[in-house]
Amino acid sequence: MSQSIRAKKMGELMEKYPFLEDFFLQNRLFTQNAQDFTLEQYLNSLSEEEIEEKALDIRKIPEEMEDYIRQVEEFLGIREEQSVSSLTILPGYTKDKVPESFEKLRLVPSQITSIVGPTGSGKSRLLADIEWTAQADTPTGRTILINDKKPDLKWRFSSNNRLVAQLSQNMNFIMDLGVREFLEMHAQSRMAAQPEETIRRIMDAANELAGEKFSENTPVTGLSGGQSRALMIADTAILSASPIVLIDEIENAGIDREKALKLLVSEDKIVLIATHDPFLALMADQRIVIQNGGINRILPTNSEEKVLLEKLSDMDRTIQKLRSDLRSGKALQGTDISL
Amino acid sequence: MNLLVVSGPPSSGKTSVILRTAAAFKNRGLKTGVVKFDCLYTDDDLLYEKEGIPVKKGLSGALCPDHFFASNIEEVVAWGKKQELAILITESAGLCNRCSPYLDGVKGICVIDNLSGINTPKKIGPMLKTADIVVITKGDIVSQAEREVFTARVTAVNPGAVVMHVNGLSGQGAYELSTLLYDEEQDIDTLEGRKLRFPMPSALCSYCLGETRIGEKFQLGNVKKVDWQESNRDM
Repeated sequence: MSQSIRAKKMGELMEKYPFLEDFFLQNRLFTQNAQDFTLEQYLNSLSEEEIEEKALDIRKIPEEMEDYIRQVEEFLGIREEQSVSSLTILPGYTKDKVPESFEKLRLVPSQITSIVGPTGSGKSRLLADIEWTAQADTPTGRTILINDKKPDLKWRFSSNNRLVAQLSQNMNFIMDLGVREFLEMHAQSRMAAQPEETIRRIMDAANELAGEKFSENTPVTGLSGGQSRALMIADTAILSASPIVLIDEIENAGIDREKALKLLVSEDKIVLIATHDPFLALMADQRIVIQNGGINRILPTNSEEKVLLEKLSDMDRTIQKLRSDLRSGKALQGTDISL
Repeated sequence: MNLLVVSGPPSSGKTSVILRTAAAFKNRGLKTGVVKFDCLYTDDDLLYEKEGIPVKKGLSGALCPDHFFASNIEEVVAWGKKQELAILITESAGLCNRCSPYLDGVKGICVIDNLSGINTPKKIGPMLKTADIVVITKGDIVSQAEREVFTARVTAVNPGAVVMHVNGLSGQGAYELSTLLYDEEQDIDTLEGRKLRFPMPSALCSYCLGETRIGEKFQLGNVKKVDWQESNRDM
């Protein structure tokens, strides 16, 4: 194929694969005036000086372009397939090589599973097993199935098709951009089909979750903790291609956690949440108890716990109301809490 | 003996990634040693020592650590053989992000971090572009969106590489990385006659040679000027 891509006109290539623009840009190649050149002619037109200055290896570029086209097409193909309808964990061992006692754990989209257990008990390892689609070839010996089958290796090695998106408490925005520009950039890299519509949906969803509204022009680094978390969750739910979302706690500050989880679920994500917060743990359909590196138990959220969740939810709403009253300058009264 | 060449900008997490990966090798009973190249100072050798990993450090002083690497790698391999290592890892950070110390036929690993900003993949040139495996670190502290954009840009610069995400603190991903690195078939005895994958920059001007005075008449050798006439788009 290398031979034929070399003979293609640059204009034709760009028309057929518009995403090549990013390839040229990231490789510091300027192609504006090269539409009528073949790739070969274009590469040969670069001066020796330019090649040295830009540290290029032009012999390899056609091959790299083909790799890039293949990767992007694979990514776009997967998006259309909607490929993950279940994720199954088959048991392995604890740190002491004791077999895990569950038979199998099958997770499906729109289902929330919480993970509880002390720090260092093996939560990261479980997540790594999922992300790597372990085939009894990691230290835990667990096996991961996707759609009840042995997973395609693309989940391990294709860089744009990550199985798991992560949201943790330590995460921050570091880019110097406004919210809108930020979302535009993310939408572009995800090759969103309708970027405008997608951005509007994310803005609406994020503002719905955040205790305090923010505008498109707010710099992402200027958002409050709650607003940042709201934007990250809305963006991950709507724009990230990863079918599984792992959340490491959502602090109870300036964000509606119930709505946040519901948003993720409504976007057909498989949601895993590592938490010790009773409200979040009970929001889940089931919880995994991890001990000494192994999955010790899997507990469905029982009816008594569901009743408890109602009460916790009231408490959560009460606290949010107090917070918003404080923000707007109201005096609080003893009767504001009725528990 | 396997040889692995690890490179990446300063503070990108090379040492943490190597320590975590070496731990996975150790569990498999593979003896790992490290040679650390740096410029003026490093105490990373103590970190390796603490883990019981044989380590040697080389300070390049006034030279670029990557150039220094190229002139010392033969001896490094000899040291590794003498230590009877199964895996020898070299670690170096170039000064200008322009060099790549990778050799033909030897696995080259580039470690870069999400915190360095999304324009980094475009900036660092052959060190990223010619690597076999790209390890991205510090994913636990930036947003999912920034991680995805960063990864997409790495892929645009080096579409052929395997991209791995490793968390240097929790070690998540390091075991998986280790499975891609060790090759039972490879047995490096000497590097005599092997080649660098990409030439190092030809930067030989009077300032390389110790000139300190500013001014046209003190500038000799390979001197380049900013183009003030045209747009500065290319800069």
